[in-house]
Amino acid sequence: MKRSKIHIVVALLFVPIIGVAQNTPPDYFVANCFNCHGTDGRGHSTIPPLAGLTKPYIIEQIAAFKAGTRPATVMHQLSKGYTDDEIARAAAYFAAQKK
Amino acid sequence: MKNETNNRRQFIQALTATASLSALSGTAFAANKKSIGRVVVIGGGFGGATAAKYLRLWSGGRIEVTLIERNKEFISCPASNEVLAGYRNFDTLRHGYDGLKKNWGVKIVHASVTAIDTEKRRVKTDHGGEFAFDHVIVAPGIDFLYDQITGYTEAAREKILHAWKAGPQTLALRKQLEAMPDGGVYALTIPKAPYRCPPGPYERACLIASYLKTNKPKSKVLVLDANDKIQSKQKLFQDVWEADYKDLIEYQPNWNAVSVDAAQNAVTNELGDTVKAAVLNVVPPHRAGDIAQSAGLINVNQRWCAVDWVTLESTAVKNVHVIGDALMPGPTMPKSGHMANQHGKAAAAAIVEMLSGRTPQPTLMANTCYSMVDENRGMHVASVHRYDAEKKAHQPVAGAGGLSVEPNKLEGIFAHAWANTIWKEMLT
Repeated sequence: MKRSKIHIVVALLFVPIIGVAQNTPPDYFVANCFNCHGTDGRGHSTIPPLAGLTKPYIIEQIAAFKAGTRPATVMHQLSKGYTDDEIARAAAYFAAQKK
Repeated sequence: MKNETNNRRQFIQALTATASLSALSGTAFAANKKSIGRVVVIGGGFGGATAAKYLRLWSGGRIEVTLIERNKEFISCPASNEVLAGYRNFDTLRHGYDGLKKNWGVKIVHASVTAIDTEKRRVKTDHGGEFAFDHVIVAPGIDFLYDQITGYTEAAREKILHAWKAGPQTLALRKQLEAMPDGGVYALTIPKAPYRCPPGPYERACLIASYLKTNKPKSKVLVLDANDKIQSKQKLFQDVWEADYKDLIEYQPNWNAVSVDAAQNAVTNELGDTVKAAVLNVVPPHRAGDIAQSAGLINVNQRWCAVDWVTLESTAVKNVHVIGDALMPGPTMPKSGHMANQHGKAAAAAIVEMLSGRTPQPTLMANTCYSMVDENRGMHVASVHRYDAEKKAHQPVAGAGGLSVEPNKLEGIFAHAWANTIWKEMLT
């Protein structure tokens, strides 16, 4: 019970920010990754899921794909289509998803 | 206790809504929100089903979405060539629409669209009623131009199959191949590009050759291509044909089929050359699906639909968006299920933005097409497409994308994982 009261208080603190957030479009391009990695990166196949990986880890791996230092079948080719800023935003998105 | 759960849910929603990136996730989804608009999606394939899901997800349930699809189930074209070779059970291609209804609140209507009244913004169906819309997404796939092949009558189509829309024809072609005697000729004709799934015919040639090599080794696969060369993964296919199917696959470019004779099981090209085959698989030229034609959306070469690439809105009719194989694609953009999924997301994003009072921004698109060359080995072609404001169309990103080095088992595993993932992605 006590815990839920804290939740309400914290939630109220966020109310003004929600209004701002709704006027900012989300990074729709991140959904490009969902085709192979599953919706929100929660895939269940031999293609690795991305949900819940840390932002620095994802950024590092994509950089390695781009540099050719991490072997890949296709990611070394697809990753080069995205800017470093886009990679950072995608990484932040997947890091924020529950596994 | 119920209140506590609700409070916690509200807290989670408030927390996730603070970051714009979280708006992509389903946590923002909730019932009883005030509607900001109605969207009707016509066609539940790779593009339409994806668009329906993401309209609901990205609007947080505030856009009412009706998906009209004449078939009770989705049957995947990608991976259907494996059924022809006997490497995959047909039932694995079949997927229901319940997930879109249960998980995302998409209203599913199984009916055929008879008309789109763009003035009154209503979609009419044969037995499902009428549906008002603020925006409509037309995702009809392709229909065939049978009249470009003399003799390809309804009766002839009972015997000469295309199997270029997965379904009963997939199973029927498999039966023909099973019944074909050892030493028989299987002939496949390919229409001039653009057609659905650029590497698809060459994958089909590989997989059927693989089946015949094991089961009917005296047989032959004859590929009669209206184009001047292999349209996708050219060197990869040439190499695997040379290495694995040298005496099995014969490839003839510039072979444009113009007539068929069902009684003889024969096909003739524009030069008058005729080929008889034990199994004749004629893929006719295509255009955007019938409803695109009747709604006046076809405005490129009398075959395809041109769109604004920011919103995927038709350049012919306002508030009507067109996605998937029906489009006149951007440069190097294939007519593929993967690409249609990306179109669906782009259209959904644009409509969410418009109905939210914002200006839609162009979004990136990407494609990966896998082909199998036998039961286990796969290979891919991939590309990324970024909007070019000057050209007002998506262009392939230079230096990105590419091809497999060679077909291999790992990519075969990924090809199957891709299919399983994208089916879930679009329908659940």
